[in-house]
Amino acid sequence: MTIKTIAGVNVDVNDEGYMNDASQWNKEVAAGIAAEENVELTDQHFELFEWMREKVANGETLTLRGIGKSGVVDAKQFYKMFPGAPLKKATKIAGVPKPTSCI
Amino acid sequence: MKKLLILGAGTAGTMMANKMRNNLERDEWDITIVDQFKTHYYQPGFLFIPFGMYTKKDVIKPKSDFFPVGVNVIFSKIDKIVAKENQVVLDDGVVLKYDYLIIATGTRTAPEEVDGLKDKLWYKHIFDFYTIEGATALATYFKSWKGGNLVVNIAELPYKCPVAPLEFVFFADAFFTERGMRDKVKITYVTPMSGAFTKPRATKMLGDLLEQKNIEIVPDFNIMEVNNDEKKIVDYGGTEVPFDCLVSVPTNMGDKMIERSGLGDDMNFVPTDKHTLQQKDFENIFVIGDASNIPTSKAGSVAHFSSEILEENLMCAIEGRPFTASFDGHANCYIETGYGKGTLIDFNYDTEPLPGSFPFPGIGPFGLLKVSRMNHYGKLLFRWMYWHILLKGKEMPIDSEMQMAGKKL
Repeated sequence: MTIKTIAGVNVDVNDEGYMNDASQWNKEVAAGIAAEENVELTDQHFELFEWMREKVANGETLTLRGIGKSGVVDAKQFYKMFPGAPLKKATKIAGVPKPTSCI
Repeated sequence: MKKLLILGAGTAGTMMANKMRNNLERDEWDITIVDQFKTHYYQPGFLFIPFGMYTKKDVIKPKSDFFPVGVNVIFSKIDKIVAKENQVVLDDGVVLKYDYLIIATGTRTAPEEVDGLKDKLWYKHIFDFYTIEGATALATYFKSWKGGNLVVNIAELPYKCPVAPLEFVFFADAFFTERGMRDKVKITYVTPMSGAFTKPRATKMLGDLLEQKNIEIVPDFNIMEVNNDEKKIVDYGGTEVPFDCLVSVPTNMGDKMIERSGLGDDMNFVPTDKHTLQQKDFENIFVIGDASNIPTSKAGSVAHFSSEILEENLMCAIEGRPFTASFDGHANCYIETGYGKGTLIDFNYDTEPLPGSFPFPGIGPFGLLKVSRMNHYGKLLFRWMYWHILLKGKEMPIDSEMQMAGKKL
């Protein structure tokens, strides 16, 4: 575990930079991580983060399919909001664990 | 009479019928199993069909050959489970009551989930090999195919038998080499994962094999649509891969009956405790095999190992004792790599596939994460064991719990 200062807050992150403690997250921290990932945040991003954080708090797994049906964004918009690897970037910025794919 | 009801007579349901008939007194317990189809498919054999190694007759037997004496068998579609009333409604309206229910309705391919997949090129230049229809259609197609871009695409996770598409491209490499036309076939493996597999060591080993066999990999590809006119697949990020022959592993979903029953997640898999195998909301419902949402492979080996856990825990529940068995997510997969050789992976919820020997530490005869002829024989021998030992619920010479002995960290 590493302590990293993001937007003036000391946050616990794992070796891939994902936050270990969701309660340390706030909008400024999100903006700090987003800047590192070259993502510019809009209100829609934060609406999606709220939805994602609630799902994770309920013990649900985040998937592209689930986010596409969230009612906040569809899969195509999701890709536009987080170019490249949307699920990995979105979870990192939302302060939730990287989704594991189990096969 | 008390009633145990099993929905689904595939690998998992059939094993449970055999195991539970052994455990439960016939004058106290009625056991009923329901399935819509009369034919049992040896699904691991589908992979061999497109390459002419097996034909349809090698992978089918009547389901009735595998049910024990003293089990009621109903061939019918299922309308829904009414869990609050402990009953199941069949398609024709017949109601079956139960004290305990085992859901073993598996997973199905859902090509309709991807735009353009099941369209005008379906079974002409686009195939699946997870159904007998797809596998046999592809076998016919390959017989006269002149070559071009062969693209294998996994639509979405999770999907059944996670190593099968890798085996498919390994087989394809060998098949077209042996036919003297490998130079005319470009093989591309297009996957939503970040590499050939999920866990680091297996990904490295299998990724190296792809490279050695001149198979290109396109990772992190989440398919949005198949463009039938321009013969290409497109992902949400805009990446395009052209094909002449597309072999798809379509989206896998649980049975539609699960959705009608209100018991599924957004892919119709049943939320299940990954250790006890009990359904999350109902104490008298258990889930086994591909139908559940437990975070391990959808594979026959998982159904087999978890059947021993479920047998024990179901007896605990019936006798009013706390659960004594806990499933560790154990999966064991023989992987064909072509030219009469294969490799093997053995893993669970917490331990990634590691190199070593199996099942006997230091002896084998099978090598983990190694390519050998013996591993290939293991896979071929397994078909016999499947029909004669496994389905009948008899003991196999492999521990249901994953063993660390023989593995190298």
